[in-house]
Amino acid sequence: MTNYADLSTRDAFGQVLLELGESIKQIVVLDADLSRSTMTKYFGGKFPERFIQCGLEEQNMMSIAGGLAASGKIPFASTFAVFAACRAFDQVRICIAQPKLNVKVVATHGGITVGEDGASHHAIEDLSLYCSLPGFSVVVPADGIETAGAVRAAAATPGPFYIRLGRPKFPAINSEGYKFSLGKAVTLRNGKDATIIACGIMVSKALEAAKNLAAQGIDCRVLNMHTLKPLDEASIILAATQTKGIVVAEEHLLQGGLGSRVAQVVTREKPVPMGFVAINDVYTKSGKPDELLQKDGLTAEAIEQAVKKIAPN
Amino acid sequence: MTQPKTILKPDLSVPELEQKAKLLRRHVITMIANAGSGHPGGSLSAADVITALYFKVMRHDPKNPKWPDRDRFVLSKGHAAPILYAALAECGYFPVEELSTLRKLGSRLQGHTDMTLTPGVEMSAGSLGQGLSFGLGIALAARLDKKSYRTIVLLGDGECDEGQVWEAAMFAPHHRVDNITAIVDHNDLQLDGRTCDIMGLEPLGDKWRAFNWHVLEINGHDIKQIINALKKAGDTRGKPTAIIAHTIKGKGVSFMEGNVDFHGKAPSPQETEQALKELA
Repeated sequence: MTNYADLSTRDAFGQVLLELGESIKQIVVLDADLSRSTMTKYFGGKFPERFIQCGLEEQNMMSIAGGLAASGKIPFASTFAVFAACRAFDQVRICIAQPKLNVKVVATHGGITVGEDGASHHAIEDLSLYCSLPGFSVVVPADGIETAGAVRAAAATPGPFYIRLGRPKFPAINSEGYKFSLGKAVTLRNGKDATIIACGIMVSKALEAAKNLAAQGIDCRVLNMHTLKPLDEASIILAATQTKGIVVAEEHLLQGGLGSRVAQVVTREKPVPMGFVAINDVYTKSGKPDELLQKDGLTAEAIEQAVKKIAPN
Repeated sequence: MTQPKTILKPDLSVPELEQKAKLLRRHVITMIANAGSGHPGGSLSAADVITALYFKVMRHDPKNPKWPDRDRFVLSKGHAAPILYAALAECGYFPVEELSTLRKLGSRLQGHTDMTLTPGVEMSAGSLGQGLSFGLGIALAARLDKKSYRTIVLLGDGECDEGQVWEAAMFAPHHRVDNITAIVDHNDLQLDGRTCDIMGLEPLGDKWRAFNWHVLEINGHDIKQIINALKKAGDTRGKPTAIIAHTIKGKGVSFMEGNVDFHGKAPSPQETEQALKELA
């Protein structure tokens, strides 16, 4: 048995693909010369006839994936998030989204925690782009266990998916036995003063912030909103009703990602004060992942400050 | 390779095919005139190729558009949707009367092809350069499933400006995908003018050869040559075949032939009458 708790999200993806490849013969995996980084290499080693090396042809890869899905296959297309979203966006739109084909785009190296490679490799627009595509499900797992669940769910659910994974290992949030439920937020901590909604690597920061705030007498609810689309509106409305305000934290630009999506629900259904911890309309630079998170304000301290603004003690 | 139990294929003679192509051209003119917009030039240049495919070469079953063993035709130059719709209607995929709904609200016949709406349409196209890749996905699925169906993709020549065409062109021989055929409707015109002025393509055949394709060059209005080339392509193993079909944009209507203005413009009522007279 694979111990997903010990794995980075991309390693968990590589392992769960092996398991799924065994049981679901329609699965075909495509990669664009990054299989040693996206971890599809494991699938390629075990099922070479169902592994399609596309070279550095991300656009070709997405359209091929569409053609495979149109012929009954379940293609998983993998590359870095910057290329999956920005390089091949039109191909995803025309060959996958518009014809509603059963393609699973699983991108690794999301966000700025790619680190030293710099701005060209920091995917900070990908969630906005994929959420803009009608019919796409968009998932950002918080750890290895959740990744395994999300990838299994994507394989079992017809329709196009975007799953965004990271490069470094994220702190484990969930324990073995965790059941991933698409479109259903996980309440990691209950609270009455404010709610912190986060996805991906920011879930662990949200928990850290909540712990620190509790010591200061501020009682926070923490929601792991792993699915950005379809969004768990009920949990958001409940949070807006039962707590004084909502802070959203994500490793993405302020515009178009989880924060924007939550804000639309809040303003429409139950307006409450909100705060946003995200990258504020800038491109990032090279640096170590932790240095970059610090520099761009994606920290537990930033979440704490945002909470204090909307729910002062 | 598993062979389908029944081989379904309309099988017309060459003179019958020529008449059929003329009928499809008439549909194109009527449809676009009726819609008030559309792309007549690139539909007319592709009419003979598409006639040969649907009424002679491909095995397909209009009563069962999703027949798993059918040959697949992918129209990459999605703006030539009217000629495909005309062929599909004449084959019986949907009523010929439905052609008059082209581009209208609620119609199954969208301005550019939509595989979710129209029976017999294999790909949603419209943003150029993607059909050969999509067709490769279909062809790779055939290989994985050990099926013997063919995948035939029609590209425009202007479309070959798109970089993705050459990604796919590089991919197919590398992966020895020999169950796919690319046909380039080489009518020498694109929206803004002559291809040689807008973005030089030549030597186009040599480019495909250099990418390790088996290349055939034909007169794309000669039904016999089209059928022969498609047969040769189907018989070629080990590498994919590209057929450069030399055509005339607007073919069959004197004032549309070689006239870039009719790339994306509907004929006036007077022009429509004249065109239909010439195609009678």
